[in-house]
Amino acid sequence: MIAFFQSSIFVNLAYIFASILFIFGLKMLSSAETAQRGNLVSASGMLIAILVTLAQNEIIAYEYLLIALIGGLIVGVLASSLVKMTSMPELVALFNGFGGIASLLVGVAEFINPSSTTLIQIIAISFTVLIGGITFSGSLVAFGKLSEIISGKPLILFGQRFVLSALLLVALLLVLELIISTGLLNISSQTILFILIGLTLILGVLLTAPIGGADMPVVIALLNSYSGLAASSAGFVINNNVLIVAGALVGASGLILTNIMCKAMNRSLSNVLFGGFGAATASSEGSGQIQGEVKPITAEDAYLILEAANSVLVVPGYGMAVSQAQHVVRELGELLEDNGCEVKYAIHPVAGRMPGHMNVLLAEANVSYDVLAEPDDVNPLMETVDVCIVIGANDVVNPDARENEGSPIYGMPVIEVDRAKTVFILKRSMAAGFAGIDNPLFLKENSRMLFGDAKDSISTLVSEFKS
Amino acid sequence: MESQALLVLLLFVLVLSIFLGFELINKVPSTLHTPLMSGANAISGITIVGALLASGGEGTFSSILVGTFAVFFASINVVGGYLVTNRMLKMFKKK
Repeated sequence: MIAFFQSSIFVNLAYIFASILFIFGLKMLSSAETAQRGNLVSASGMLIAILVTLAQNEIIAYEYLLIALIGGLIVGVLASSLVKMTSMPELVALFNGFGGIASLLVGVAEFINPSSTTLIQIIAISFTVLIGGITFSGSLVAFGKLSEIISGKPLILFGQRFVLSALLLVALLLVLELIISTGLLNISSQTILFILIGLTLILGVLLTAPIGGADMPVVIALLNSYSGLAASSAGFVINNNVLIVAGALVGASGLILTNIMCKAMNRSLSNVLFGGFGAATASSEGSGQIQGEVKPITAEDAYLILEAANSVLVVPGYGMAVSQAQHVVRELGELLEDNGCEVKYAIHPVAGRMPGHMNVLLAEANVSYDVLAEPDDVNPLMETVDVCIVIGANDVVNPDARENEGSPIYGMPVIEVDRAKTVFILKRSMAAGFAGIDNPLFLKENSRMLFGDAKDSISTLVSEFKS
Repeated sequence: MESQALLVLLLFVLVLSIFLGFELINKVPSTLHTPLMSGANAISGITIVGALLASGGEGTFSSILVGTFAVFFASINVVGGYLVTNRMLKMFKKK
């Protein structure tokens, strides 16, 4: 009986079953009603894959792997339960990096294992190391930028593209040398592999460092895709279908998300990766003449307008996450609804620092997901909105994207808040947004600036309503 | 030529899975972008299968050591990824 559970036919059938669970799990994750169950389905697929692997008679020693498993379990449980919702982007980036380094290490372990390594495996190992290394160091840089350990500003080195291409070329040559081993370099293949690892780590940093904080949603989605490809590639190293299937699914879903994010900014992927957006600020000249004046408003006056409003649209951005304003925003929304006003939230796909960032924060504050709308849903009805409250969003509401052909963000689909009857803009100061682009919205006739910390401003509004 | 046949088979699986992936997640509401990403990220921790085999299987001291580190990182990815996704999805409620 035990022999059956260790037979390769049983193990492989179990892997197929696990793959099916991953497929269903992912499918269910793409609909709000089934998402939570979908995650459990996918997790049980993972559990099955792990248990079956552990039961295999290929595994002869359990001491090390159990220590590592338990260690990883503890770290994973602690990290996922202790981290605040506002820190979710950096945590996701970090987990992603761990997936990448794990695939890289699987490749390395197989390489230094003296048991025969076929040509195909060597090719697969090279690719696993390449993608895994880039995923790891790239995710660490993304983590650093998101948690503000390092500056979120795009870091452009002189001749970045040239250095990148040169390093990539060297890396590919090393891969070639590993495969055909001409012996020209006169160093052992292990040394070559270690040099390759070093190169991939540098490549990951160089690829991520030039990307500004506002473009982070694209980068995180892309790195997510890479971690899947690394796992898929590791599947070729150990000739295992479940790795290939699961990795390819993740690779595809990551690419879809990346594409959605790029479309939401009306930019191509290569423009995001190499454009160094926000580094060149002197790009808008000519038609970019901005006229008008900034009209500040006090919270008391804002309250009077809100009190009379019949429909309010809240447009959150990264500023809401920074000031942790999501809970008071929900409170204000409820008070407005009690006052007979219709409240909706318009969320731009790239608002915040990761795909769906604002949705997560508002869900944390108990906002029902059916009042969260996408730009395409709210823009046609914008004229009927009495008050738009823009909370720490800037580029995603910039009218220049429609009106000023000279603007770097011209053509980007935005939430057209300037067409609402009144717009409140909650902002700390008049400083330019992350991308460093002027925003004529602030100077429009119907705009009112509510200066100060978003959380404080909304708290004042809430207490006005209560008094 | 055994290994060539195997390679073709594995490539076949790869190509089909990529297409399946694109079809599977074509329409995702933006509310679910983050959970989808972190849930997919947890799935990419499947590399743990390779890590377990490297850590517990036959090998030299160094290959086992490297494999053990791989198990550690992959299990953080798996456990943390699923738990954090679950934590987020629990919050999504319709009133």
